Amino acid sequence: MSEVRVIVLRTAGVNCDYETAHAFRVCGAEVELVHINELRRKEKNLNFYHILALPGGFTYGDDIAAGKILANEIKFTLKNQIDEFIASGKLAIGICNGFQVLVKSGLLPRKNGGVTLTDNDSGKFEDRWVYLKETSNGKCCFTKGIDSIVYMPVAHAEGKFVPKDEQTLNSLVEKNLVVFRYVDENSNPCGYPYNPNGSIYNIAGICDPNGRIFGLMPHPERHIDPTQHPRWTREGLKKEGDGLQIFKNGVEFVRENLL
Amino acid sequence: MLWKIEVERQEEFFDARGEGIKKDIIDLGISSVDRVRVIDVYLIEGSLNKKAVDQVCKYLLSDDIVQVYSFKEPLVKETAGVHLIEVAYNPGVMDPVEQSTKKAVADMEISGVESVCTARKYVIYGNVSKEEIHKIADKLLCNKTVQHIVTRKEKVTLPASDYRFKLEYVDILDASDEKLMEISFSRQLYLNLKEMHTIKEYFRKLGRNPTDCELETIAQTWSEHCVHKTFKGTIDYDGEIIDNLLKSTIIKVTEELNKEWCVSVFTDNAGIVKFDDKHNLCFKVETHNHPSALEPYGGAGTGIGGVIRDPLGTGLGAKPICNTDIFCFGPIDYPHDKLPKGTLHPKRIMKGVVAGVRDYGNRMGIPTVNGGVFFDEGYIGNPVVYCGNLGLIPADKCKKEVSAGDKVVLLGGRTGRDGIHGVTFASSELTDASEVISSGAVQIGNPIAEKKMVDTLIQARNRGLYKFITDCGGGGLSSAVGEAAKDTGVVIDLEKVPLKYSGLSYMEIWISESQERMIVGVPEENVEQLLNVFKNEDVEATVIGEFTADKRLKLRYDGNIVCNLDMEFLHNGLPKKNLVARWISPKFEEPNFKDPSDLTPYLKKLLSSPNICSKEWVIRQYDHEVQGGSVIKPLTGVNNDGPSDAAVMRPVLDSHKGVVISNGMNPNYGVIDPYWMAASAIDEALRNVVAVGGTLEKTALLDNFSWGNPDKPDRLAGLVRASKACYDIAKIYGTPFISGKDSLNNEYKVGDESVSIPPTLLISALSVMDDVRNAVTMDGKEEGDLVYVIGRTKNELGGSHYYTIRGWVGNNLPKVDAKLGKKTMQRLNLAIKEGIIRACHDLSEGGLGVALAESSFSGDLGIEVDLRNVPVEVGLKRNDTILFSESNSRFIVEVAPRHKKQFENIMKGIPFGLIGEIKREKVLKIIGLKGKTVLNTPIQKLKAAWQKGLELN
Repeated sequence: MSEVRVIVLRTAGVNCDYETAHAFRVCGAEVELVHINELRRKEKNLNFYHILALPGGFTYGDDIAAGKILANEIKFTLKNQIDEFIASGKLAIGICNGFQVLVKSGLLPRKNGGVTLTDNDSGKFEDRWVYLKETSNGKCCFTKGIDSIVYMPVAHAEGKFVPKDEQTLNSLVEKNLVVFRYVDENSNPCGYPYNPNGSIYNIAGICDPNGRIFGLMPHPERHIDPTQHPRWTREGLKKEGDGLQIFKNGVEFVRENLL
Repeated sequence: MLWKIEVERQEEFFDARGEGIKKDIIDLGISSVDRVRVIDVYLIEGSLNKKAVDQVCKYLLSDDIVQVYSFKEPLVKETAGVHLIEVAYNPGVMDPVEQSTKKAVADMEISGVESVCTARKYVIYGNVSKEEIHKIADKLLCNKTVQHIVTRKEKVTLPASDYRFKLEYVDILDASDEKLMEISFSRQLYLNLKEMHTIKEYFRKLGRNPTDCELETIAQTWSEHCVHKTFKGTIDYDGEIIDNLLKSTIIKVTEELNKEWCVSVFTDNAGIVKFDDKHNLCFKVETHNHPSALEPYGGAGTGIGGVIRDPLGTGLGAKPICNTDIFCFGPIDYPHDKLPKGTLHPKRIMKGVVAGVRDYGNRMGIPTVNGGVFFDEGYIGNPVVYCGNLGLIPADKCKKEVSAGDKVVLLGGRTGRDGIHGVTFASSELTDASEVISSGAVQIGNPIAEKKMVDTLIQARNRGLYKFITDCGGGGLSSAVGEAAKDTGVVIDLEKVPLKYSGLSYMEIWISESQERMIVGVPEENVEQLLNVFKNEDVEATVIGEFTADKRLKLRYDGNIVCNLDMEFLHNGLPKKNLVARWISPKFEEPNFKDPSDLTPYLKKLLSSPNICSKEWVIRQYDHEVQGGSVIKPLTGVNNDGPSDAAVMRPVLDSHKGVVISNGMNPNYGVIDPYWMAASAIDEALRNVVAVGGTLEKTALLDNFSWGNPDKPDRLAGLVRASKACYDIAKIYGTPFISGKDSLNNEYKVGDESVSIPPTLLISALSVMDDVRNAVTMDGKEEGDLVYVIGRTKNELGGSHYYTIRGWVGNNLPKVDAKLGKKTMQRLNLAIKEGIIRACHDLSEGGLGVALAESSFSGDLGIEVDLRNVPVEVGLKRNDTILFSESNSRFIVEVAPRHKKQFENIMKGIPFGLIGEIKREKVLKIIGLKGKTVLNTPIQKLKAAWQKGLELN
């Protein structure tokens, strides 16, 4: 049986590569950590892989704005490889800083998509757990089967999702591109700290119109093992962490459609 | 051509940075400010045309959805009621944004950029006077140590300055004693007369004067910071002669305990213990006090950056897996006008330190899992900043070796003028002139440079490309290379060291403490491969010399010998220090007040006191979960906001084997007697380990002393007493020390008066846990469960937080019965392993009362207890003493009724009492010794008190 191949893209300041690779490995994928210079020098080819993962971190220190410099680098130096990768129906997931990169390089929600991620309303970096409700109605291939609310941490300073205008927001909602919204434990959208950064319409993650490129601020790779849950000592150990399904779905989608 | 670009958030978006500054301005006592806006300024110099600049602004420097930009004219002009303050870094100070902006512009295929620098413009609206604007700039926005206010058009590109080689000798052969001391002082060598004489004698035999570089090298190597001459000296302690305090106390415990799981102790940059079959753990904690006093953000950031390089420079290099940080500051509400001259306000220091640690740790992707903040007036002139790092290292990569012929390769950041004299500066007292003369000793870190270096080093390590590694920390190359080659010899060509800017002399290159640098020893045949590993990921690596076999330290600059010293003299020539220690036991007035009939207000006051209240404001700013190994987080309970006793994590993600990290520290006791302070700190660190499910049998300790001037007999006597306690207590508990550090001379001079910080000993513990699924948290779990107290409560309120809030110190501080403590902790551990402990919380600051309140509100459940069932020493008859005494080796635990018998059987022979029950009604109720209710209050009120203590914006 051929393997599902995942590339976890590294560069200066990427720091969630280890646990992101681990999450995909748990799901049976073949994972390779590749430095962006290897793609730029063409020692490795993006199109060899089925899933591109852009992990969390502070790429290039998040200087200027979070994810901006890596987004710029991808846009200007890897354009052809990325375009080919996406055109061939492959998958991409960007987590936290990876989401910021996808948005700022124009890969999400689509070219000139008119959305951005900016400073949290609290004005500072915060690490806290959030409840998320799936709202893409089956559009996003990474969130199939997630029907109840899921729980995972955010850890960022610039995660406030802002669409350019009302029309852009409506279009995201109508096209089912809003994948996750911040909610309370009863599944109702509400304010801080449930919405940890002041995101418009409580948006935590979105996908592209094909449902194959997915970006989110929360960290599913930090809730794979049940001991990662902040209250496992009082609520007991679950069978698996809530984040695992996202990685399983990605790997499963490739098995069914791309192998 | 110079382009000045301004970027600002659009009006309708909330400017959190500006709002934060506005609050700080109001704190300063200036209430007429209506609003503050912050503008980011980029200065780009080069041959760019207008179109290219517009492209850079539009696509790179700004975000059109939330920001606006301008490069033609300023976004805001100064008018009546609109004031501008522009702050920029001083030339030569690290500005990481410069490099990344240049890279990004190059990626866009726009050429011609020569230099980039950044500044920040603050727009202050309101009826504010010129004096007030100066005050705002000086107290809040600009730190003169590294920044300045922009008043005119500035050049961005540093003028290229030439350095023309000229070898300098320092005339000491003909120098009088007075002259010798003048040389020591004016060159910031901080060597005493005896040491200067020894150096003079060495060079007299050679028949020549030392070069400036030789003299500096000796001063760096012999500094207290590098060689710990107090701990290694001969001390007359009230008539008892102690030869080498370190060896006769702290190292002695480890030798006598002789644990097979101690892999490397007190020899390398960090201690190493076994973890599993394939991995070991490296642990180190350090201080960065003096730099943090002057430039809190840079000082704390480089503190954490420095300690990360310790495990990284241990064995063949450990991967950093978590940080732990403990800070001591002056009270954050201290009046501005009472501050000694030359000191920053504690609130500003705290905010800077927290931000510095946050930005460095988070960017490095290392979780900060545990820590503490302590406030006391004794830290006003001299804060204490402890930064610790734990690393994971393959078991077969723990040994390093230097061989003659191997090349010395310098990795990472470039060398500049920053950090010159950091080591000797750290070994001296702070004065109000420190800000001016020592500003070169403070710097700003670049975490991404360090992260890149870690990523590539681990690859080179795994491929076995080098045989030796160490970090460039205090003393820079001089310490790193000098120490590495002490048994072999080395020759270095200083002109090969890559520089940030031209103009550095050979000596500046040699002693610069520029951050994010390491050296490795590489066999010649591996050099090319090694250099490629680094080049592939844009990390600079340069061969700068070679290890030799002649036991000499030889330095060349363009072929000229600038230093030629005998390693034997350099490392063993330091005359032994003779010191005198005299202990005078302080006597404080005995408190005299009645046992209150209602203890509720006192518990609330304790909960909201700065040393006990919630530190959530700090904790949430640190990423405590990156790397995915978090098991017990710093915040726990129903609402993820209760205080955990210790951190538990899984360093290897496909295993459930874990590690516990905890800390113990209580300077309040040190004021009464450092012996019992040290004993209590050890007991507390161990209690925390055991409370979350760790075991004493696999626990190792670190000691970190922050003390006053050891040349003063009273300060030194305290240090001796604390060290003695380290031996006595750790010996009984069976917990070896594996590494440690001391920072002495934490004194602050104003005029002629020298003030010492309180004696401060931090004990950090590391414990290997076989299965993290046995871990326990401190939050109350279920209605109907039984609440026990374990350990005996004594009348030990001296130095307690209860006495503090009532305005007393007292004398009867908590002692440690380590034999009983050990048995207690072993039994408790057994019960936890049996799975019958549902919650466990150690009793420390604020005693039983605070622990009950915390467990109760963290679990959102009530607790009812009866003090008559608390095991106490004979004669203890006061409710307040039982509730707030801080006696050591005590815990509260929650046990389900069905496990009552099993639990009580396990605890047989240990003092314990069934004191109450978890209740559905959300109230903490305490029945006193006479059967009357002495405390009865809704837990929401207690929680509110606990959460409001530390409010910063």
